[in-house]
Amino acid sequence: MIFGEKKRYVMTVDTKRCVGCNSCVIACKQENRLPPGATRDWIVTETQGIFPALSQEIRSERCNHCSKSPCVSACPTGASYVSTGGIVLVNHDKCTGCKACIAACPYEARYVHPKGHVDKCTFCIHRVQKGGLPACVETCPTKALRFGDLNDSESEVARLLSSREWKTLNPGTGARPNVYFLI
Amino acid sequence: MNEIDLIRTNPSIDPQLHIWGWEIPVYLFLGGMAAGAMILSASLGKKNNSTWVRLLPFAAPILLSIGMGALFLDLANKLHVYRFYLAFKWSSPMSWGAWILLGIYPVAMLLGVLRLSPSELNWLGNRLRSANVLASIRQFAEEHEGLIRAANIGLGAALGIYTGILLSSTGRPVWNSAILGPLFLASGISAGAALALLFPMKDEEHHFFRRWDMAAIGIELLLILIYLLGLATISGPDGALANEAFLGGKYTAPFWSLVVLGGLLVPFTLKLIESARGLKPTLVAPVLVLCGGFALRWILVYAGQA
Repeated sequence: MIFGEKKRYVMTVDTKRCVGCNSCVIACKQENRLPPGATRDWIVTETQGIFPALSQEIRSERCNHCSKSPCVSACPTGASYVSTGGIVLVNHDKCTGCKACIAACPYEARYVHPKGHVDKCTFCIHRVQKGGLPACVETCPTKALRFGDLNDSESEVARLLSSREWKTLNPGTGARPNVYFLI
Repeated sequence: MNEIDLIRTNPSIDPQLHIWGWEIPVYLFLGGMAAGAMILSASLGKKNNSTWVRLLPFAAPILLSIGMGALFLDLANKLHVYRFYLAFKWSSPMSWGAWILLGIYPVAMLLGVLRLSPSELNWLGNRLRSANVLASIRQFAEEHEGLIRAANIGLGAALGIYTGILLSSTGRPVWNSAILGPLFLASGISAGAALALLFPMKDEEHHFFRRWDMAAIGIELLLILIYLLGLATISGPDGALANEAFLGGKYTAPFWSLVVLGGLLVPFTLKLIESARGLKPTLVAPVLVLCGGFALRWILVYAGQA
């Protein structure tokens, strides 16, 4: 990568590999010390067709860290902001708990933390900044989850997205999500 | 078949969105009524008005204060409320709202001081032990009457529209309609007029408020029709959700009975009969308008989260 080039962090979720084991959910809960009953990522199982011709897709979902994030636009205090590499974060000190961002999010990726601020996936920025991977990606036993810089054409995510078919969730909202589902 | 299974129990979003409770419709209603009070009292000329009409400008800061109290109760992180005033985010309707609210207090108070009778002004000056300050405020207000009236109409309209935009700027199908801004403004003007009509006043003042109330109700009915047409033409699952709300689902009965019939059509008809036959006005129509205005916001806030 050329020095100084802007990073664009994205995640890919391989729906052909994901078995819905919930390891990502548990890893995230432990790594980020989430309160009981709350999760920053979750498993969705979508079944389509008419019995017996059914097909099933399993997805590990989380905040999409949208390039045009409606939550950041809706936030009245600047608590929701875009950080390094396009990661959308919440500054707990600035958050009033007004919930405008929750109403604005098309993915229901945010919730109110018992401490009063709004909480969501951070792509484990504290690990990424030290050169690590998000906890969910590191723990995924089927290697369905990948994380990296899309602006780096050599990165695994860039190669996967150029070689595999993919989709994003609710593309019609115009939020330009950065979590890609390989199909 | 297309079935989505999800096991998640996140607070405030599962099993369905429930971020905003009773505090928000209370605030939206009182804010709308305050907007109506500002617009109407600024539009009404200064012609020896009766006591309650003269005091109407003061309704805006009082109603807003109660509404902001409700809004404060809704905050999950109450100690951080001051953060609203450490930032201005042009893309956030809530940020616009926070600053508009702040501007309303001085503007509405100036109009109030402008409208007080000399004896009321004396009384207030003595009570506050600052007759001189009040007299200079009054003089300032008299010199800038046109500007103050325009500012009350402008900020009142901004407040009324913003209470609707607050909901319509979200991605929820029932809320995501630009009509909510003007609809809440019209409903707020009608609520402001209804509030004034609860008090005794001169006949010509009564006519003024009734005319505004009937015009606002007429516009409101038209806007509700456009709003429902908008909902009915949303396609896909979002459209089903939106239609479900008012055209056959859970909120259909309360919406049509409390808002459209009880809050708009019945009081409009009562006012029509009242003015056509020159009958003595009763409190029935304004009370119905106020209940309907509150029901409109209550139902919309809850239906948007269903």
